Amino acid sequence: MPQLNFADFPPQLVWLAISFLVLYVAMAKIAVPRIAEVLESRQDRIARDLDEAKRLSEESDKAKADYEAALEEARAKAHGMVTELKASIAKEQDASRVELEAKLAAKSAEAEKSIAAAKDEALSNVRQIAGVAAKATVSKLVTIDLADTDVDAAIEASAKGRV
Amino acid sequence: MAEGQSPLAQFEIKRLVELNAGGLDVSFTNSSLFMVIAVAAITLFLTWSMRGRAMVPGRMQSMAELSYEFIANMLKENVGSEGRKYFPFIFSVFMFVLFCNLIGMIPYSFTVTSHIIVTFGLAALVFVTVTLVGIFRHGFKFLSFFVPSGVPAILLVILIPIEIISYFVRPISLSVRLFANMLAGHTLMKVFGAFVIALSWWGGWLPLAFISALTGLEFLVAFLQAYVFAILSCLYLNDAIHLHH
Repeated sequence: MPQLNFADFPPQLVWLAISFLVLYVAMAKIAVPRIAEVLESRQDRIARDLDEAKRLSEESDKAKADYEAALEEARAKAHGMVTELKASIAKEQDASRVELEAKLAAKSAEAEKSIAAAKDEALSNVRQIAGVAAKATVSKLVTIDLADTDVDAAIEASAKGRV
Repeated sequence: MAEGQSPLAQFEIKRLVELNAGGLDVSFTNSSLFMVIAVAAITLFLTWSMRGRAMVPGRMQSMAELSYEFIANMLKENVGSEGRKYFPFIFSVFMFVLFCNLIGMIPYSFTVTSHIIVTFGLAALVFVTVTLVGIFRHGFKFLSFFVPSGVPAILLVILIPIEIISYFVRPISLSVRLFANMLAGHTLMKVFGAFVIALSWWGGWLPLAFISALTGLEFLVAFLQAYVFAILSCLYLNDAIHLHH
């Protein structure tokens, strides 16, 4: 069995030591740092990209919130303007109505006054005509000349009873 | 059977360049040649594939990164964050064993890891390194590793020698496992290869089918044994760093 030939042991051990030492130095100084560097930079890149994506998504969320707030504000403002306008229109309408009512009231009062005056005048005219008629009738019936004052008194008395 | 056709002839050490350093035989043998080839292949593979340092890796770069992450995860899971320092060592051990095993699968090549002295050398290197790590980290407290906790004093008389023996058997089991797997696989392939020739056109098909399947299995074994070697090194390192069973 060639594996048990002790004379072959020293050269194998020596060359194992030499080649393993060379391999270890090559790995530790060149290969491993190089691979580690590439893997790390990739890890960094992925982490950075993820951070960037997170930042952008936060930014867009903020923009959306800002937009919604602005929309809400505009809506509230428009609503306020509409209520204000409604209130002012209502106020104006109230004022003109009050004015109109006052005017109408004044007019009706005036009209009532003139109606009353006309009524009084008419009544006094009626009495005068009644007096003249009564005087003429009485003078025809009794041929006495009645004093106007007496006739007036009698009319007054009868009017009081009826009117 | 002629010498060249012996199933063990493939394991013959041939001195390519006779060298002698102060009475020590340091000849450059076929084993040395394949060690150098493995080291060159690993270094070239890892540096050439990473030359682009691409953000999105290509095929070769993916393989290099995969082997890196494979060992990095193994170390993280079995040793924890303290193990990071020893990453180049475990990585070198894994890649060396893996490449020696895989290069040995090439016909007419030499399987470095099929020699007990090579696997023992590697296992001893792991063992000595791990033991030194334990001693430098814990000093005398490292000896408490051999004393199981929560055991009656009377049992310690038996258990402490067992613990010590099991500790020192580690490099032997580690090296024999790899060596035996490689030796058995390559011998078996050679034996069945000889059957194919011997049985020729009439009966050679059966061993040919078998040897094809066996080749697939041997690739699996080549990877698996490298993995086992590396993960056991990690477990030993974990014991040395954390001192518990």
